[in-house]
Amino acid sequence: MSESTSTPGAVSGEGSGPLLSVRDLTVSFRTAQGPTSVVKNLEFDVPRGGALGIVGESGSGKSMTSLAILGLLPKGGTATGSVRFDGAELIGMSEREKRRVRGDRIAMIFQDPLSSLNPYYKVGTQIAEAYLSHRSGVSRKQARTVAIEAMERVHIRDAARRVDHYPHQFSGGMRQRIMIAMALSMEPDLIIADEPTTALDVTVQAQILDLLDEIRTETGAGLILITHDLAVVSEVTDQIVVMRAGETVERGAVEQVFSDPQADYTRRLLDAVPRIDDAIGVLRTTAITVPDNGRSAR
Amino acid sequence: MTFSSTSLEAEATPAGDSSLHETLESSPPASGRRLLRAFLTDWGAMLSSAYILLIILMAIFAPLLTMLSGWGPYEFDQAAIDPNLGAIPIGPFGGISAEHWFGVEPGSGRDIFARIAYGARVSMTVALSATLLTTVIGVVMGLLAGYFGGLVDLVISRVMEFLMAFPALIFMIAILSALPADNRVFLLVVVISLFGWPYLARIVRSQTLSLKEREFVEAAKASGASSRRIIFREILPNLQSTIIVMATLAVPGYIGTEAGLSFLGVGVVPPTPSWGQMIAAATPWYAVDPMYFVIPGAFLFLLVLSFTTLGDRIRTIATSGEARS
Amino acid sequence: MIRIVGSRLLGMLVVLFLVTLFTYAIFFLLSADPAVQICGKNCTPERIEQIRLNLGLDQPFWTQFWGYVGGLFTGRTFTVAGAAVECAAPCLGYSFQTSQLVGDMIVQRLPITATIAVGAAVLWLLGGVVAGVLSAVKEGRFLDRFFAGLTLGSMSIPNYVLALALQFIFVVALGWLPFPQAVKFTDDPGQWFLNFILPWVVLAVGYAAVYTRLTRANVIDTLQENFVRTARAKGLQPGLVWRRHALRPALTPIVTIFGMDVAGLLGGAVITETVFGLNGVGKLTADSITANDQPVIMAVTLLSAFFVIIGNMVVDLLYTAIDPRVRTGASA
Repeated sequence: MSESTSTPGAVSGEGSGPLLSVRDLTVSFRTAQGPTSVVKNLEFDVPRGGALGIVGESGSGKSMTSLAILGLLPKGGTATGSVRFDGAELIGMSEREKRRVRGDRIAMIFQDPLSSLNPYYKVGTQIAEAYLSHRSGVSRKQARTVAIEAMERVHIRDAARRVDHYPHQFSGGMRQRIMIAMALSMEPDLIIADEPTTALDVTVQAQILDLLDEIRTETGAGLILITHDLAVVSEVTDQIVVMRAGETVERGAVEQVFSDPQADYTRRLLDAVPRIDDAIGVLRTTAITVPDNGRSAR
Repeated sequence: MTFSSTSLEAEATPAGDSSLHETLESSPPASGRRLLRAFLTDWGAMLSSAYILLIILMAIFAPLLTMLSGWGPYEFDQAAIDPNLGAIPIGPFGGISAEHWFGVEPGSGRDIFARIAYGARVSMTVALSATLLTTVIGVVMGLLAGYFGGLVDLVISRVMEFLMAFPALIFMIAILSALPADNRVFLLVVVISLFGWPYLARIVRSQTLSLKEREFVEAAKASGASSRRIIFREILPNLQSTIIVMATLAVPGYIGTEAGLSFLGVGVVPPTPSWGQMIAAATPWYAVDPMYFVIPGAFLFLLVLSFTTLGDRIRTIATSGEARS
Repeated sequence: MIRIVGSRLLGMLVVLFLVTLFTYAIFFLLSADPAVQICGKNCTPERIEQIRLNLGLDQPFWTQFWGYVGGLFTGRTFTVAGAAVECAAPCLGYSFQTSQLVGDMIVQRLPITATIAVGAAVLWLLGGVVAGVLSAVKEGRFLDRFFAGLTLGSMSIPNYVLALALQFIFVVALGWLPFPQAVKFTDDPGQWFLNFILPWVVLAVGYAAVYTRLTRANVIDTLQENFVRTARAKGLQPGLVWRRHALRPALTPIVTIFGMDVAGLLGGAVITETVFGLNGVGKLTADSITANDQPVIMAVTLLSAFFVIIGNMVVDLLYTAIDPRVRTGASA
């Protein structure tokens, strides 16, 4: 595990190495039964402007991966290995340095937009928070403008007025857009979206995915999309990592993995997705078991 | 976040009793044996139970104990107090001796041990009876309001709000002072319960409301079960742990309330001893004979502490037990 | 908004009316001969007659009752020893035992009650919240357990026992504090403080314990919330995360409870005042009960209920102002 701490500067954007490089990432928790690893020896790259999907069922460790990258693991969790972001090693970085990266260069979008937004504060305030925090010498007025722009970017109409509304005054889909606006406002180099569409209606899901894709193309930011939904992954990502019980089952380009899955698990996952061109018949169900991995002890 | 107050402290009640802040999640009762074992190994629970048991035994066997100790609660021992010094007890610590295990009361010379033992009767009787009464009323009302909703709920909720809006302590004092002095214990129980049941009912009602929506109730309804059956078979068992914890936590509150009312002079009528009353009588003597207030004060304190601890421990054991099962 | 206030006001009036009715009924229906009761000790037949006349005790219950209620709104005149005593609205009655207008008695005593209530309130709010936050931050560690034990003990000890114990220790044994008397702040601030410290502490202790536990639970819960995680993920300064995303949601409910508790105390901290012999409204209540001075008992009961109900309403409105979800109403 290297201790180098070159301070994260601006992304050089010249294709000099992958944006994010994860090697041998292991996340473990102290439990009553002893230490348990929820992520084991994970390895992947995210090229600049690339989109990676991390796929797995609940308990596979995919969310923990994202938290580990940002250094936001819950109490009792430790991450070992290497996570290089734009050349700087995040594991072992000081909390202060990590704070500078969070929200500014790596932004995260969470699953449930209602509970992920503070009900007591206006939406605009929450979008502008990161801006005011990370940029010195900016006024509230400027921050407010940034917030309105971010909201317009994610296609929220009447943004200038709605920036003063509270989270509960928006619909689910809108709230997720606000989360995305929050992430966008700092123009991050990498966006990590953890199950961004799971809590939403199917029709809205497509819109959100399109939005994410649009943003990636427009800003050149990298994207990590975490989901259990294979259909979602196939839409937006180039590369995919399939996880199961903390371990990497398969890795590769999306088309490749989908058309020619190497691992049995991957095959079964794919089979479980109903396809519109399937012969009309019984929906194939398959018992997919996930080993306990000490989860019940948590 | 829901707040509730199950205890009527002898002063105005803090509007939120956080000892019940976490409303218990209703889930199927966990294995009884496992809970029992957890209970027996919890020294907080065991110590509290031991003390409570001690007091209960003391209350029940008060006549026997006073026979052993040699002095009853109404006998005056003039020899134990010194008339020249304003009738304070002879000897240190308020006159503690082999004769009088806890000393004597200044002024009257009555044996404190005997009065403590008999006072225990009042405290326990009132508190336990009031708890029983409020629990029964509270559960019934809460279930009715929560399950049937509509007009029933409206009426019951209004009544509850009305009762909770009263300045309970003042009202209790007022009612008790206006009434004649007989059947004091009975009156105390009734008055305390009158103002106490809404707090329990409120919690039972909200839990019933959420339980009503659960699948197993829907399933029971779908299979044609009558309301009565659903209430008794499906909903009530899930309220078990809530009810037990609330009842246990109500007791210390009522002990305090009875003691407070007695302290103010509207509780049991002298010469019947009550711990609160003893402390009131001890107030003028506190500087020269502190033991006179310390002893009943300590008994009161420990009893309330024990019940509160017990309630806390039961709740912890019940919730963690359910989580594990 | 107007509609909410309006309906609340109406509800409040209804409850107040019912409280008045019940209290009146209890006294005049339960006591054998109200005139004798009201007359108290040192009674004379003349006084009994006066009472009967003034309060119309020979009249039916409802007439009496409306007379009383009417007095609350328009004032009343009493005839005492041949002279007319004006009782301006709201007329809270006349104490025949002490020959004073009840309203005057109460007004005289309110400052002391307010002093005790407010002083204790400040103490318990600050103490409870700080202890609660500390306990939450150091959850599971020594400080947390220490506070847990301390609060348990504080909740269990009856105030009068604590009052006597503290008095014994600090006034008699150590002599650090004077025996509490009602010193006016304007007369001697230093003495004022020293005199009120014991009543404040005694009253505050029980509440502080509850508030500590409440705050602790709220903070712990709030720290688990997803929006706290979002705030951290944005790389916000820890101070900001704490103030805006942890403390604000956690402490808001406490403020509302605080309002209700203080309101309840304005009717008088009966026990604390009695133990320390401070002439506040609470002690007035206790004394009048001992003396069976019914008009006074009626008045203080009413006053207390009034404060509680107002407090309730204020708190409800406060919540409407504080919680955006309630204020604007959830909309899709």
